[in-house]
Amino acid sequence: MSAMMLMPVCLPFAGALAAMATPVRYRAVCGLVFSLATLGAVLVLALGMAESGPLSHHLGGWEVPLGIRLHLDGLAMLFLLLTALVGLPVGIYAAAEYGRERGGGRVFFWPLWMFLWAGMNALYLSADLFNIFVVMEIIGMASVALAVLSGRAPALVAGLRYLLAAMAGSGAFLFGVALVYGSHATLDLGLLAERVLPSAAVATGFALILAGLLVKAALFPLHFWLPSAHASADPPVSAILSALVVKTAFYLVLRLWTGPFAVLATPPVALVLGVLGAVAALWGSYQAMRQDRLKRMAAHSTVGQVGLLFLMFPLITGAGAQADWLQAAWTGGIYQVFAHGFAKAAMFLSLGIFVMATGDDHRSSMSNMVGRMPMTTFAFALAGVSLIGLPPSGGFVAKWMLLKAALTSGQWWWAPVVAWASFLTAGYVFMVLRIAFAPAAGAPRLRRVPKMLEITALALGIGAIVIGFRAEEILHILDYPSLAPVIDGSIDGGEGGGGR
Amino acid sequence: MTPEVHQIYLAAAALVFVLGLGGMVLCRHFLKKILAAALLTNSCFLALVAVSYRDAGMAGDPVPHALVITGIVVGVSACAFALALARQITQVTGHIDFDGGKGSDREEAEENQPGRENP
Repeated sequence: MSAMMLMPVCLPFAGALAAMATPVRYRAVCGLVFSLATLGAVLVLALGMAESGPLSHHLGGWEVPLGIRLHLDGLAMLFLLLTALVGLPVGIYAAAEYGRERGGGRVFFWPLWMFLWAGMNALYLSADLFNIFVVMEIIGMASVALAVLSGRAPALVAGLRYLLAAMAGSGAFLFGVALVYGSHATLDLGLLAERVLPSAAVATGFALILAGLLVKAALFPLHFWLPSAHASADPPVSAILSALVVKTAFYLVLRLWTGPFAVLATPPVALVLGVLGAVAALWGSYQAMRQDRLKRMAAHSTVGQVGLLFLMFPLITGAGAQADWLQAAWTGGIYQVFAHGFAKAAMFLSLGIFVMATGDDHRSSMSNMVGRMPMTTFAFALAGVSLIGLPPSGGFVAKWMLLKAALTSGQWWWAPVVAWASFLTAGYVFMVLRIAFAPAAGAPRLRRVPKMLEITALALGIGAIVIGFRAEEILHILDYPSLAPVIDGSIDGGEGGGGR
Repeated sequence: MTPEVHQIYLAAAALVFVLGLGGMVLCRHFLKKILAAALLTNSCFLALVAVSYRDAGMAGDPVPHALVITGIVVGVSACAFALALARQITQVTGHIDFDGGKGSDREEAEENQPGRENP
């Protein structure tokens, strides 16, 4: 079974190579076949994990500390699932949008996207700091290449800024890894969790690793590169970057926070992350409201929604494994990842459809859209509902659980942040919908848009709502007590955390 | 207390890292920014070599050396990609920095002027 863990990495890699070798006309078919295979492999793994519990695989049969280990637990499984479930519809959208491209940069969409997918899956499965660095570089370079596919000047400029930010982030990460290795002589996350002791060198290393990851997660004030990069890319690429790629950095912060560096992940550090997240949530949502351009609005909204993710850290830190708000905090954080993943992909895709139909990216071009393109307006509204956090969407579960965790843990000051971010989000969503519902005489005719584009956007929008009903399954897969830091178990006498 | 040799190297790596970061923030020209990024990446390799030191007279830890080899490949690819992007930007827009500045090489800027309108 453990060799099956290689499939979510090998299949997209094979798909990338195959797509590169396939004539341009058939690349989409080739890519979609491998996408389906990857989704299938992830589902098989999920079923396998339900029986056997977390899995480890030693690459090439080399045992740790000499070899490199892959590890699959509930957290990794959820991110694999999210990537596959969002990635497949976005791929279908891209196949429909790029169907007639026979030259230029866009014919490279499939090889690059499959490389990116393989990189993300490898990152979720890696249990080795240096391996994580390498796949982070694969992800970074594939993302930038995708962002500049159109070859237009704004995309190129934003792409270079993105790449430079990514290089600085990776540099900080690698410097941190060097310091950690210098102190503990291992790169394996499991061994590090046993060995890491608070010392100046390791604390500096952890700070550098954290700083590097925060650049990639675009947490305020390190988000400067994100809005232009996400807004100037093609719609399917924006969807992938916003919904999936920024989550890889968040995943790593969470993984390292609860794993190898749990000793150093103290409440004061968590407070810093929480404050930055709170400022990001308010600032990003406020900036989104001020944008006149639709795609820039969606890009700024990502900054805000990612900020909300980081409110999870002060809530799960230093509480002890028995704290009764832990479940709410974990549910809130993971739901925010899922809800934002689906909703932001749906939002970028539906905005892409509007722009394709009207040829205009301004909010004013949305007039009477509800009459002219009801299906896509509905998809946009569903995405908006989930981002705001109205019941019964996935976003509602996320925000409700974060509120609940904030209030029961006594850290009530996060609650107004969540509420205000929701108000601001409602502001920018309804500003678009208000125009969409306004009747417009003499609005210019719309260009025809392939039906498949509208269907995929709607499917993702529905996904953002439907996951709100699937809390038990997601919590079961997550199995959050198994993720509780070792240090908590030792403080509480070891009965709580060790059971699983 | 006199610092050991590898600590001096580690301090040098930290200094190069700060120089690289400072260059990335303060320099405006694309090329300078990319060079600064390359410098920053290379400071990590220096740090990795410094931490591979074990004891006087003993061979160094081979693992960080292997990491450096991989890291160099990754760093060179990223650097090449950044240079290609910067070149493309200059060809399409004639700009040589993020603020829209033109190169002092007037001939090249004029040559690329008509290309500005093209998508």
